[in-house]
Amino acid sequence: MKVFLMYKDKDLDPDPKLQPNEKSLIQDLELNTLFNAMANGNSDLFDVARKVFLSSLNDPDKILYRQDILKDCIKNASVIRNIYDITIETLEFRRTHWFGGFFSSSPSSILYDAIQTMQLFVKMLRKLKNIADEQSEKFESEGFRTFFAMLKKEFDNEYFDIIQNHLKELQFRNGVLVSAELVSGNVGNNYVLRKPPDKKGNLLKRVFSKRSPTYTFFIDPRDESGARALSELRDRGINLAANALAQSAEHILSFFNVLKLELAFYIGCLNLYEHLVQLEEPVSFPIPTLSTFRKNSFKELYDVCLALTMKKKVIGNDVNADGKDLVIITGANQGGKSTFLRSIGLAQLMMQCGMFVPAEFFCVSISERLFTHYKRKEDVTMKSGKFDEELSRMSDILDNITKNSLILFNESFAATNEREGSEIARQIATALLKKNIRVFFVTHMYELAGGFYKKRLKNAIFLIAERLSDGKRTFRIIEGKPLKTSFGKDLYKKIITKYNNVK
Amino acid sequence: MNFESILFKNADYCKIEETAEEQDFFIDLNLNQIIDSVTSSRQEEYNLRPFFYFTLHDIDSISYRQEIMKELENKTLFDSIKKFSQEMHSIRVHLALSDKLYYKYNKQGWFLEAIKNYCDAITNLAGDLSIMDLKSSGFISFRKYITDYAKSESFTLLQSEMKKLKADLSNIRYCILIGGSRVRVRKYKSEIDYSLEIEKTFEKFKQGSVKDYKLTYHTDAGMNHVEANILNLVAKLFSEIFLRLDNYCLKNTNFLNEKIVSFDREVQFYISYLEYIESIKKADLKFCYPELSSVSKEIYDYEGFDLALAHKLNWEGRTVVCNDFYLVGKERIFVVSGPNQGGKTTFARTFGQLHYLASLGCPVPGKRAKLFLYDRIFTHFEKEEDIKNLRGKLQDDLVRIHSILEQATPNSIIIMNEIFTSTTLQDSIFLSKKIMEKIIKLNLLCVWVTFIVELAYFSKEIVSVVSTVFPENPALRTFKILRKPADGLAFAISIAEKYKLTHDKIMERIKS
Repeated sequence: MKVFLMYKDKDLDPDPKLQPNEKSLIQDLELNTLFNAMANGNSDLFDVARKVFLSSLNDPDKILYRQDILKDCIKNASVIRNIYDITIETLEFRRTHWFGGFFSSSPSSILYDAIQTMQLFVKMLRKLKNIADEQSEKFESEGFRTFFAMLKKEFDNEYFDIIQNHLKELQFRNGVLVSAELVSGNVGNNYVLRKPPDKKGNLLKRVFSKRSPTYTFFIDPRDESGARALSELRDRGINLAANALAQSAEHILSFFNVLKLELAFYIGCLNLYEHLVQLEEPVSFPIPTLSTFRKNSFKELYDVCLALTMKKKVIGNDVNADGKDLVIITGANQGGKSTFLRSIGLAQLMMQCGMFVPAEFFCVSISERLFTHYKRKEDVTMKSGKFDEELSRMSDILDNITKNSLILFNESFAATNEREGSEIARQIATALLKKNIRVFFVTHMYELAGGFYKKRLKNAIFLIAERLSDGKRTFRIIEGKPLKTSFGKDLYKKIITKYNNVK
Repeated sequence: MNFESILFKNADYCKIEETAEEQDFFIDLNLNQIIDSVTSSRQEEYNLRPFFYFTLHDIDSISYRQEIMKELENKTLFDSIKKFSQEMHSIRVHLALSDKLYYKYNKQGWFLEAIKNYCDAITNLAGDLSIMDLKSSGFISFRKYITDYAKSESFTLLQSEMKKLKADLSNIRYCILIGGSRVRVRKYKSEIDYSLEIEKTFEKFKQGSVKDYKLTYHTDAGMNHVEANILNLVAKLFSEIFLRLDNYCLKNTNFLNEKIVSFDREVQFYISYLEYIESIKKADLKFCYPELSSVSKEIYDYEGFDLALAHKLNWEGRTVVCNDFYLVGKERIFVVSGPNQGGKTTFARTFGQLHYLASLGCPVPGKRAKLFLYDRIFTHFEKEEDIKNLRGKLQDDLVRIHSILEQATPNSIIIMNEIFTSTTLQDSIFLSKKIMEKIIKLNLLCVWVTFIVELAYFSKEIVSVVSTVFPENPALRTFKILRKPADGLAFAISIAEKYKLTHDKIMERIKS
């Protein structure tokens, strides 16, 4: 009885090992904006989105498995939301009704609670099974087809009847039959619950078995300690059965939990999808390719977080950088470099958790891990200098980075003079490239950008934030050779002009 | 040789032992700590202390014990004896239980259990010993005794009837049908296990591990009246077996053999001591069986240590420092001087402990030892002033010393720790010398811890030993007590330097 909607062959780990640089990613890529859009205020959805995002898939097949399921979800949104609501209802009922298992200590009350819970679970499983019967035809993905087939196979009506029968039998209307043995001190022990023989079936056996006497006694109604002793005996008898039933209830509960958890991701995706459709932003399913293909192309890639924050359509970028491992972005201040860099990281993560991406077309190789190294504000605790802090963060990254990873640098190593900063950045980037790590570097340091440019590396591409001849920015990123100035002058002029105009 | 006792070669001793008491010097030598720890876990059950208070004064009796103790260092034998004791312990537990409980078949059940423990204890030990290559006369004669007993008719009958009863009782299987306040009891008729069926039905939901909802019921030794009622009905269902049980219990009320019972107690003397030193041995400290002499006073012990201190430090994960001593020729007296907290008192205690433990027949701390078979040990350790004692402290010291010298013989041992501290140096030198003269005259073994360095050069019977410090940091003690001349000065100067309290330093520090 497996859900398998996130992986073909395993459950979603509710506590996955997240990337070690989780905090930096969330901060640098503004992931919380994305999670909030997916959650629509629901903390469960937020949590699942966060965990799935930060435990990326590296296998194209696994990514496609989820993409197919997500496509089904988009197509049958109401059915999916309905199933999700069933899981919520089930878990909510159990949460408010299941006290025995946690607080009481007698097998009788454990059994009682387990019977109640099982009855609810059976009802809910029947609902799921009905959905499977009625809706499964509309689903095309392997994941949903397997899921519905499982429901149909495991829960035929006969099985539901057997369960109902046991649930009735376990109420012991005719008393509890227990066998026992004598152990040291002639004390009774090894109590085992027995099924009373069928009245009809065992006639032959009863005729032939030697008749042995049955002795009876009664506990006086005023004998409280006697009644307690008797109920303990009874409890010892039903101990195992109560455990079996309570554990089964727990297993079914965990099925619902997994189902809820896995659907939560897709519900989050649906929510995000609906937001983006409303903003008239394009989305598409990316083509995940192995890192060896060194694919690096996209069209109309936009920063989904910026769109969600601005609540409007934002500018997208087209780049064809197939075969390029080093992307250096220079150019105008406030020209959209950071936004561009963020859109790269976001789309990469979205692709690698099986989602659609915010682009019309996106074909980028899978990266084993994603790292961001952004310029940070001055360390307020004054524990270390800024440059020191940057290098220490870089060292942490190097502890965890693997080949075929992707790293996004934003104005890194600029907290010292340009020559030194460039040299350090150059050495780092060169080494990373040799390790097959894809490097995106947004920088003002001409020494760095220009230095690489002069080398005419085949696997490097240089982008600039577009600036029209009148100094206006388009916020588009286009191919272009690094310039010695970042047009701070423009900015200065713009502010001064404004001031003069006011004057 | 008929077996009498595993502690005493000579049966006459057996009667005296219970009256033995802690002696005066126990506290001074920390022997009370040692004996308390050795016996603590068994005191209530076996009352072992009297064994440790009763010293032996002939070499034969001591070597009888040394042989047995050595034999018990063989792990196989040791384990067998431990197992035997555990079974003997179970007998006592089960008999007490049977005594305490109320319902007849419940009592009988535990009585039968006690007999089972007894039979197991005897059979196992006799069996174990029969295949061992024993060396000590004590164990060899005990083996003969227990083997004969295990073969005796009365024992074999006791055992075979017990086994049959146990088997029959454990084969009983019955069913209880509980419905409301009605309880029905009948024989078991192979009804199927319903819990298994439930488990099978719900098998398919199983995935991962979930909480265990099973309650753990511990089975009480006793029973309540409902269980007793059920048991009575079970006894009716299987009346032949329970009748047999009844008769068996009546017939065998006194099933224990007295000599076996006292063997169990006495052998704990060895077991408890060996267990006590086991953990200390793990700290790489050595024990040996000392050679004892009642004539030669040329004694020695190499790598010895204070056993009480070693035990305490072992608990704290630390190791004690070992020390050697020896006396040759006419040497009789150790005068111990040197810095305080340097192990002087420990040295004195070690000397006393070694002799005491040796006279019990125990292995003693050290790699190799030869010790003197003393008649009495006297100690004089500085005591707090006693307000009820109207004599002054100095007078008190003198009274005590006098009484010791009155009683001591050339075969005694005297251990003194800082006496005459409550008078002027001149006085105490004078008094000490006087006492020393008497001690030398008695020709007895003595350890004297003192700050009076002059004593060390008083006579050729005296050996000077000194507590030492690390030369590079005089504040650190080595806890080594070495044979060397008593100087009493170098140390004080170096400490003073460390704290900048020498003449020159003080001159510098005090600005004019």
